[in-house]
Amino acid sequence: MIDRRFRRRAAGWGAKALLWLCAAAVSVLLLAMMGYVCFRGLPGLSWQLLTEEESVLRGTAGILPGIVNTLLVIVLSLAAVLPLGVGAAVYLTEYAKSRALVRAVEFAAGVLSGIPSILYAMLGALLLCGRLGLRRTLLAGALTLAVMNLPAVLCAAQESLRAAPSSFREGALGLGAGKWFMIRTVVLPASLDGIVTGCILAVGRVVGETAVLMYTAGLSTAMQDFSSLRSALRASGATLSTVLYVYARERADFAAAFSVATVLLFITAVINLAASVMGRRSRRG
Amino acid sequence: MRRRGERAAHCLLFLCALATVALLLLITAYLIASGLPAIREIGLKNFLLGTVWDSASRENPRFGILPLLTASVCGAAGAMAAGVPLGVLTALFLTKAAPPGLAAALRYLVRLMAGIPSVVCGLVGMTVLVPFLRERLDLPAGDSLLAAVIVLTVMILPTVTELSEDALAATPPACEEASLALGATETETWFRVSLPAARKGIAAAAVLGTGRAMGETMAVLMVAGNVAGMPSPLRSVRFLTAGIAMELGYAAAGSLRQRALLSIALVLFVLILLMNILLSWGKER
Repeated sequence: MIDRRFRRRAAGWGAKALLWLCAAAVSVLLLAMMGYVCFRGLPGLSWQLLTEEESVLRGTAGILPGIVNTLLVIVLSLAAVLPLGVGAAVYLTEYAKSRALVRAVEFAAGVLSGIPSILYAMLGALLLCGRLGLRRTLLAGALTLAVMNLPAVLCAAQESLRAAPSSFREGALGLGAGKWFMIRTVVLPASLDGIVTGCILAVGRVVGETAVLMYTAGLSTAMQDFSSLRSALRASGATLSTVLYVYARERADFAAAFSVATVLLFITAVINLAASVMGRRSRRG
Repeated sequence: MRRRGERAAHCLLFLCALATVALLLLITAYLIASGLPAIREIGLKNFLLGTVWDSASRENPRFGILPLLTASVCGAAGAMAAGVPLGVLTALFLTKAAPPGLAAALRYLVRLMAGIPSVVCGLVGMTVLVPFLRERLDLPAGDSLLAAVIVLTVMILPTVTELSEDALAATPPACEEASLALGATETETWFRVSLPAARKGIAAAAVLGTGRAMGETMAVLMVAGNVAGMPSPLRSVRFLTAGIAMELGYAAAGSLRQRALLSIALVLFVLILLMNILLSWGKER
């Protein structure tokens, strides 16, 4: 009897030790990786690196073009995905009467979000850059990423629309508002926080994506001509993560690559922080 | 006037929702239409079961994807075998065993890891892991299936952990309370009641993690060595995704080589589609 109770208690301690061990292993793994990136990347990080182009003459690296390209791709792809994703989410939560349609859209979004990025790269390169004649431009990359991010934005918007209390809707409709007017003025503002969270997550994926942008937006690390909107839409270049790939694989310049990695790590941390702050706000309502 | 505005909004939103389905149909149709002819030309048996991939050869190009397919499957399976237990146990730790402060910190770390660009993982893999494997295991080159599996494990850990945590958090507390009241210890309850109760969500997490591992491109491209031979753990291998990424830029438009890449894309797409069908089938049951 005592022996059995002891065995059970020992098994309990063993199981707890196993859980602690796993958690410790995961945290050590993740911390060591991030620590190593910062350790190799921080020494090379300077104001000059962030604010200048690379210079072959002086032999210095500079990632300003990469930063500008990243920002442009973020803006363009959000501009494309936001109306589409939020619009679809509004239709699904507020208008759709057919259960089959809702399920079809949700299934499609599920598949789209599971498609590997290299397939989007290929489709973007062959269809958008080739067939539609956009060539390898930041615009083509941004549009490809918009399709890739559509499920995430749709899902986030749908969730936050569902969370908006139905008393808001009933109140507005009771006051005689039309449906679209009610959605525009009551439902959408009430679920704004959740939609913003979805956008932040989409921005994170744009910043981290490489495979798609390599083949649709180009590999140039030089500054492009952004003097007018027309030339900006025709510009082609590497975003930060692509710059990292170019440095690491094609030039074997690991010091610069790790500096870019550190910058990316920092951006990721900021994006995550923003997303969790917004997420908490939207949950509080 | 107002009625017309309402109708226009309704139609527009409907189109947005339809666009998601339309995009998926477009992608499916394009991949089938451009992927099937090459398979027919090469022969389904030669394509799926051919053990030589030599697409660059002038005289006798051969398009057998068995080495690539096996590498992808083995890579994903290996990452699952290591990542699922580690991730699920970490999730169990987070939901049940961890002190709240520690849980919050670890949760933030895991979420941060989920957002880290895959090129950063690839960079650490190629500068740390690959040389380490080469020296420790005395290999001619450290780029190997093993290196890819380790990197993939790290990359799917956040996905598996977060989704399993959601599943575990959603288990009804009444079951656990009943188990405790019947005299089971805490750990017995966690392992014999909470885990089985969350098994559906955990299975979904595993399937999504497999999908991510199969679809990962950049990190694998940077650490696997990309030699298209039949895989063995310590030899250089080429994944399906890496196979597309490597040759997409070199294959001439309309050539058999490019169409064969589209056939690979079709195979990947079918695999992902099957996983999604499995997922939504599991959700309904």
